[in-house]
Order: sequence, then C-alpha cells, then structure tokens
Amino acid sequence: MTSTVENTVGRPLGRIEGPAKVTGEALYAAEYPVKDVTYAWVVQSPVPRGTLNAVVVDPLTEDDDVLAVLWHGNAPGLEDAGDPELAVLQSDRISYRGQAVALVVARTLEAARRAALEVRLDIAAEPHDALLRADHPELYTPEKVNPDFPAESRIGDVDAALAAAPVTVDVRYETPALHNNPMEPHATIAVWEGDDLLLYDSNQHGPGVAGTVAAAFGLTPDRVHVINEHVGGGFGSKGTARPNAVLAALAAKVVGRPVKLALPRQALFSMVGYRTPTMQHIRLGAERDGRLTAVSHEAVEQTSQLFEFAEQTTTITRHMYAAANRYTGHKLVRLDVPTPRWMRAPGEAPGMVGLECAMDELAERLGLDPIELRVRNEPDAEPESGVPFSSRHYVECLREGARRFGWAGREHRPRLRREGDWLIGTGVAGASYPTMAQPSTARVTLGADGTASVAIAASDIGTGARTILTQIAADELGLPASDIRMRIGDSTLPMASVAGGSSGSASWGWAVTEACRELRRTGRSEVTFDTSELIAQQEKDGKHAFGAHFAEVRVDTVTGEVRVSRMLGVFAAGRILNPRTARSQFLGGMTMGMGMALHEEGVLDSRTGDWVNHDLAEYHVPVHADIENIEAVWLEEHDADVNPMGSKGIGEIGIVGSPAAIVNAVWHATGVRVRDLPVRLDKLLPHL
Amino acid sequence: MKTFEYTPATEIGEAVGALGPDAAFLAGGTNLVDLMKLGVATPDTLVDINRLPLRDVEELPGGGLRIGAGVRNSDLAAHPVVRRDFPVLSQALLAGASGQLRNMATTGGNLLQRTRCRYFMDMTKPCNKHEPGTGCPAREGDHRNLAILGASEHCVATHPSDMAVALAALDATVHVTGPVGDRTVLFGDLHRLPGDTPHIDTTLEHGELITGVDLPAPSRNSAYRKARDRASYAFAVGSVAAVLDTAEGRIENVRIAWGAVAHKPWRATRAEEALRGQAPTRENFLAAADAELAAAEPLRDNGFKLALLRNMTATVLEGLA
Repeated sequence: MTSTVENTVGRPLGRIEGPAKVTGEALYAAEYPVKDVTYAWVVQSPVPRGTLNAVVVDPLTEDDDVLAVLWHGNAPGLEDAGDPELAVLQSDRISYRGQAVALVVARTLEAARRAALEVRLDIAAEPHDALLRADHPELYTPEKVNPDFPAESRIGDVDAALAAAPVTVDVRYETPALHNNPMEPHATIAVWEGDDLLLYDSNQHGPGVAGTVAAAFGLTPDRVHVINEHVGGGFGSKGTARPNAVLAALAAKVVGRPVKLALPRQALFSMVGYRTPTMQHIRLGAERDGRLTAVSHEAVEQTSQLFEFAEQTTTITRHMYAAANRYTGHKLVRLDVPTPRWMRAPGEAPGMVGLECAMDELAERLGLDPIELRVRNEPDAEPESGVPFSSRHYVECLREGARRFGWAGREHRPRLRREGDWLIGTGVAGASYPTMAQPSTARVTLGADGTASVAIAASDIGTGARTILTQIAADELGLPASDIRMRIGDSTLPMASVAGGSSGSASWGWAVTEACRELRRTGRSEVTFDTSELIAQQEKDGKHAFGAHFAEVRVDTVTGEVRVSRMLGVFAAGRILNPRTARSQFLGGMTMGMGMALHEEGVLDSRTGDWVNHDLAEYHVPVHADIENIEAVWLEEHDADVNPMGSKGIGEIGIVGSPAAIVNAVWHATGVRVRDLPVRLDKLLPHL
Repeated sequence: MKTFEYTPATEIGEAVGALGPDAAFLAGGTNLVDLMKLGVATPDTLVDINRLPLRDVEELPGGGLRIGAGVRNSDLAAHPVVRRDFPVLSQALLAGASGQLRNMATTGGNLLQRTRCRYFMDMTKPCNKHEPGTGCPAREGDHRNLAILGASEHCVATHPSDMAVALAALDATVHVTGPVGDRTVLFGDLHRLPGDTPHIDTTLEHGELITGVDLPAPSRNSAYRKARDRASYAFAVGSVAAVLDTAEGRIENVRIAWGAVAHKPWRATRAEEALRGQAPTRENFLAAADAELAAAEPLRDNGFKLALLRNMTATVLEGLA
C-alpha cells in the first residue's frame, strides 16, 4: 500500500447508496421479500387511563384470514427488557391513549386492518390527567436528567445577583409537544428460525435493538439478528427498540409464520416517542455594559406513568455564557401520556429557544447589538465545570455570520422596516451541541486483490454514514474509496453505538480509523479494533460544537402570516468529513428548526388525552415553498482532542438556535414577543 | 378499511343506476379514499365515474363557462379562459392542496370534500357528523380553525375547499342528475349549514351526481386570497374570493365569499349590500366586513378570524378597486 491516492475525507463524495435509493433498489425494513409473511395491525387504547378487562373477538372467528388476535389475556409472557413500553400485551393497565392493547395478525394487511377496526375492547376507564401545567401540584425534581446530568446546578447566589443587577430579564417561554415523524414509519418483519430471531427493523441502532429484543424473549443477544441496511430517518425516535419490534416478534412466535408490522402514520404520534412540551422560566441579570451577573434557567416537562424520561432542557445553559451566579433546574410531572423520547437535539433544541430568546430580550433592554451582547459574555472555560474547551469558535461564527448576512448597520429597534404590507426583521441566535463518542468496534479485512472490506454494525439513517466511513477507511488505508467495501446495517457485524447524539461518525469513524491504522502498523490482513478503552480515558467535559443562526423574516400585516426570507447557519464543528452530506445535515436541522419556530405543534385535547392533529396534513412541517433562501457554511476548525478525525457531530446542531433566530427576527419585524411556540398568525395578528 | 366492490362506469345513466344505498361515487379519490382508510367513510361499493364524458370545459353563448364535473383541478386552473375571465377561480384552485392532488382532484369531487375537523377525521372520538347524537367535542376542544359563522351547538365544522369559495363568489350553478332526473342547483343552495343534522353536508339526495358547474358571464375583475399556516399545502385559515365592478366612483357589482369560516362557502351578502352604490374606499370595505361579521359567534380559540377576514376582505377589495 502506498499513499499516492488523493485523500477523500473532506471531499463531497456522493452517497454510495444514492443510486440504489433513487431507483428503488434499496430495501427498507417492510420491503424485504419474506416467504409466507403475515401482517399485523395494532389496536390502540382509546382511553388514556384504565383497565382492559377483555378483548372481544367473536365476530372475527369466521374470517379465515385472521390468524390471531393477541392481547394480555392470551399473549405469551415477556421478560423485563428494561423499557416498560416494550412490555407489550403483558398487563391490563392502560397508561396512555394510543397504547397498544391488542394485535391482529392476518394473512393479508387488509384483513388485519379490518379486524382491528372491529375488535371490541372492554375497558374500565379511570379519570386521567394529560395536561402539563407550570403549577402542577405533582411536579418534582428528578435525580438526574438525560443522559446522566444532575437535574440542578447552582453557583453563587442567583437571587441576590438578580436583585442587585441594574438590568434584568424575567421571562417564560413555552414549546409544545413535537413529533419526530421520519418519512419511513417504524416497521418490522420478524422471522423465527427455531429459537433464533431475524428482524428486519427500521432503527438507529441494530445491536441495541437485538440486545433489547433478546432480553424481552429471554434469549442471549447473539440469537437475535437485526438488519437495518437502509433507514428512512429516525430523528431519535428509532434510537432504541420500539413496540413494533417486540409486537412483530411476539406475533410471529404465536402464529408460527413471519409477521410484518408497519405502523401507520397516526400511530407514530403516540407509540414511538415525541419531544416533551416545555415551560421555561429564564431570568437574566446584567451590568449596563451587558456583562451577565446572573443566569437562571428552569424547565417544567412531562413524563409518563410508565417511567421517568427526564429531558435535559437547561443543561445547555451550563456552558453557553459566563456569569458568576447561576442556576439551572428541571421539574417533571408524571402524566397519563405516552413517554417522551429523544427528538433531534433533545434538551438543547427547546432549551436554546428559552435562553437565546431571553438573550435577545436582554439586548433590547440594554439597547445593545445582540451579537455584541453574546461576545461580551464569552467564557474562558466551561462556566460550571471549569474545564477548558477543547475548541470553541462561537464568537467567530457570530462574526462570520454577521459579515455574510449583512448584519452591519442593522437598526436594533423593532418594527422599522416595512415594504408594502410586510414588516421585515432579522434575528440571531447561538447554537451549540455536545461533541461525544461512544465505544464501537470495527473490523478491517484486506483482500488478495488489494481492496479492503470494513465491517461495523453502524446505522445509516440517511445521514451519509456509510459514505463517510468509506472515506475514512480509504484515507487510512491509502486506497481509493472505490476499493473499500463498507458493510453496515447488520447487528451481527462488530458492535457499533447508536446513530444518535450526533455521535455516529465520531464513534464509528474512530473505530474504523484505529482498525485501519493497526492493520497498517502490524501488516496483518485482518484487524478488529474496539475503542472502549480509548474512550473511557477521554475527558468528556469541554467538548462542544458551536454555531450561529441568522434569519430574516417578513410578517404580513394583513394576515399575520410569517415567511422566512433567509436563513444562514455558520458552524464551527471540527473537521467536516464530507461537505455534501454535512451541508445536507445542517440544512435539514435548520429546516426542522423553522418547523419548530413556525409550524410544528402536537395539539393536545386534555379531555381525550391525545394529540388531535396526528397526521401530516394537520401536523405541519415546512414544505418546499417555505424555504426561500437557506445556507449553511462552516469555519475551518482543528480539534485534536475530540477524536482521531478531529470531527464533531453535526446531525443536531442545525436545529439548536435556529428557532430562536426566527422568533427573534419576528420580534424585530413586528415588536411582538411571541413566547409560546409555534409563532403563528393568530398570535401575531391582534398586535399588528 | 372495509372491503368494497369496485364498479367502473362509462355512461352517466349507468353510474347513477349502479349506485346502491351504501355505495359512493369515486372521482379523484383524494378525500374519499383517505376517509375510507380512516374508517370515516365505509361504502360497500365504489362506482368509478372517472370514465364518464364529463371532462370538458365549454364556453357558453354570452360569455359563460360550463365546467364538466370530471375536469381536474389542475386542468381547470390552467384553462386559458378561466385564467383570463375568472382569475378568482384559477387563483383559488392553485392555492389549494399540492400539484399531485390537483392533478387528481375533480370539480365535482372538490365541492363534495368533507370537513377537516380533527374530531370528524378520527373514529375513536365522538362527532355528530360521523355519528349523530354523539356530541361535538370541537366546541370545547380543538377548534382554532373551525367555524365562526352559521355554526350550531351540534357542529362547528368548516368546508375546506378553496375552489368552492371562488364558485360562491361567481354565482355558479350546479348541474345534477339522479334517479328522478336532472336538476339545477344554485351554488348557494348546494351546501348547507349544520343545524341539528350536521351529518348532511349538502342538499344532494343520495344517488345524485354532479355533472357540471356553470359560470355566468364574468366580471374579469376578481381575486382570491388565502391565509394559511405555511406557504403551501395547507388548508385555509381564512380566505376571501371577491368580484368587484365600479363605475363613476361607485360600486356597481360586488360579490364576496369567505372560506374556512363556516360549514359552507360563506357568501357575505350583508357586506355586499352594504357596499352596493358606495364609494370603493378602505373605510367602506372595512365597514362592510364588519356588517357581515356582526353575526359571528367565535369560539374560545378562533376569534382571530374576525380580524383576519376583516383585513383580508378590505385588502382584496382595495386591490380590485
């Protein structure tokens, strides 16, 4: 091997599986041709709380196509898999509306669906409480918030500092329940071969799903084989096994034939997780020059009766700005609702709405450029841990964004630009996301023909992971990318971590890098490398990507409609491994940020305990016509401390701060602070 | 989804004759098929009317237009006579749905699409529209985009069409055929208010088929404006269709219809009366909108529609004046 081949990392290689995807050749979970497959349809609870006494199936006995109607009265027992939502059809308790209470298995999809409509549920409903309130009597402070942070942090005396501060902001911001809605719904085909289980499953972590489903069936993890070769998005909702995987496996065991279960869009709103609504209270105290003396950020969130999911809404405030006196905290209440889960930048995305909109309000009070306010509060090291940043180019992102966006000369007072019926304004907000890596193992095998095969049980959920890992291996081995055969999407390959926490490329790329380097160093033809020890030794604090979002909006004074004329994101996220797939990730996050700012909202009917807008006609996400001008750029940033590639995660930072930039721009256009998202015409019109 | 029979028809008489008591006509299917998947519509037979000879747009003597019930929304929007003489109709059509849906949706089907009320669309919820007597959870529940005019204690649903709002302002007539023969229905009489029978959307009898829509000779001075929660592919939060002719500084002819405010496309007759013979000024337009909105009974979360319709009506008319 020689190193005469040009490096591919940093080049805009197209997605390797792109042609297969656009020609329909790429198979997603529900598309695998499986002999004798049968079809399942879930019956969901119509009440949020109660006891399921019986499932009446008499009218179905004459339908030859129906093979089984499973419920807790007849379903086989499952072991504890560490996730109460996976204990499907095991108990008579109903803990939320939409919970799977029965499963119909039939020879055809149509028969399963028809029978599911006709199943009669005998339920003793109980009074329920599905409504999050900031003054809920049962609010409590959890011990930890995700993934493993203290729920509270306290430095100095925030209350005293606020009382003494010459300028203060004391505001409350709310974000609604949001639903991940990947294009590909959650789906599984389960095939038993004796005691071995094969799952074609749409998920972000094949080995994790294998381990969890194995636990549910009392098997060792090696007996469950999960294939997730192509995944049509997840946004966090496929990070762990969801009920569809266990239900399909359970049903396949009962009917003795393979079972396919693809959730309908409506079920994605209740069965696979969502982003908790948040109610945030932000208090800032500052000197007249803008230097913060106090930062307090509290969040109220919900979790379910089944288990505690504690989103880390305010932890991002622990490392954004310098201030001597600080408090961050979280309070939860258990409601009769589905358990919230991860959704793209869980914690950071809603948390930065509160913090960065409050910063904009502080800039207004001070009569200061909101960029300058942020620059004046740039910390030397992580403000709460004291750990130095491995790299932090937040101010550079703000300055570069200002230059590109044309920020200079902006009149900072609101409602001064008008063109016809439109009020026009601009806004800025910061972005940050932790840089993480998790243990993974990669195997590299050199072929006799000089090409190489790389295997790792990674998941490409549309991000370009397969392509990036190919580039990394090619450069480490000194081969052209076309000489690398990258095998991912199969749990029987060497263990890989989840495609989540923006950590996939870092974690898997690290393992691939080390395996390739050891192969070259030792001259062996095959090397398997596990990064567990290396990662255990790494300092975890002080590692973040940063960025700055800019938005220009116009608000129609006739209707209150908001349109986003321009969005710009500037990021400092380490080494960008592939500018094409990276840009796609940034733009995707920013687009989702627009949805969070302007469109997305799970509308709860507290009487029925569910979100009434549970399809894509009624739950709005941005469409093409909403995106007029959107741009993502990045600064060159070298950070040798994060991982051998010098890369930082980029899957989530695009949605962190972009909603706040839009909300701040709406204020700048109109002079109206909308503090409960989404910003819609009905909230603006009365004030225009 | 309930199992159903499928019967394609090639002649109008054959289609009408084939429609049994639990059957439905299938045109573009863009609404009906969704409702069947949700269990809201449960026909035992679909009589496919896509092959009927109802796909022409003809110019009528005197400048009117006859639109076949099977004409696709995208074809109608692009029709040169529609674009030239009935801009309000072309604009309304293009404001609706998406390109793919407009390619399938038909003129007749668009008129008969059902409400997007989120309770109506969910068979696990009570709704007087899908099961009379079960109540209307929207009155106290989610109703931000439901009716402010002409609603009843039994139903606060809105009609979702954009096209129908334009047709209301154009004084269209609807041709219908059925088991007992042909008849013509004035556009304003086609859809009904919910009253205590909200499960009945229109004055058509079961088995009657819309064959076409006639538009009288136009005033070319017309426009449609729609407010919505995103830039495209969203139902109206409020919409205005208007036709305006002025002479010597006075309003001679004005027709105004509102969308997303009532169980039917809402012809704003009080506003029209208030404007006839008046000067076409913003003040008069606002006062006329207020006259119409005096009867509004907004719910907890949809009061904003009053200001929305008031502003939009004045702005659309100002644009035509």
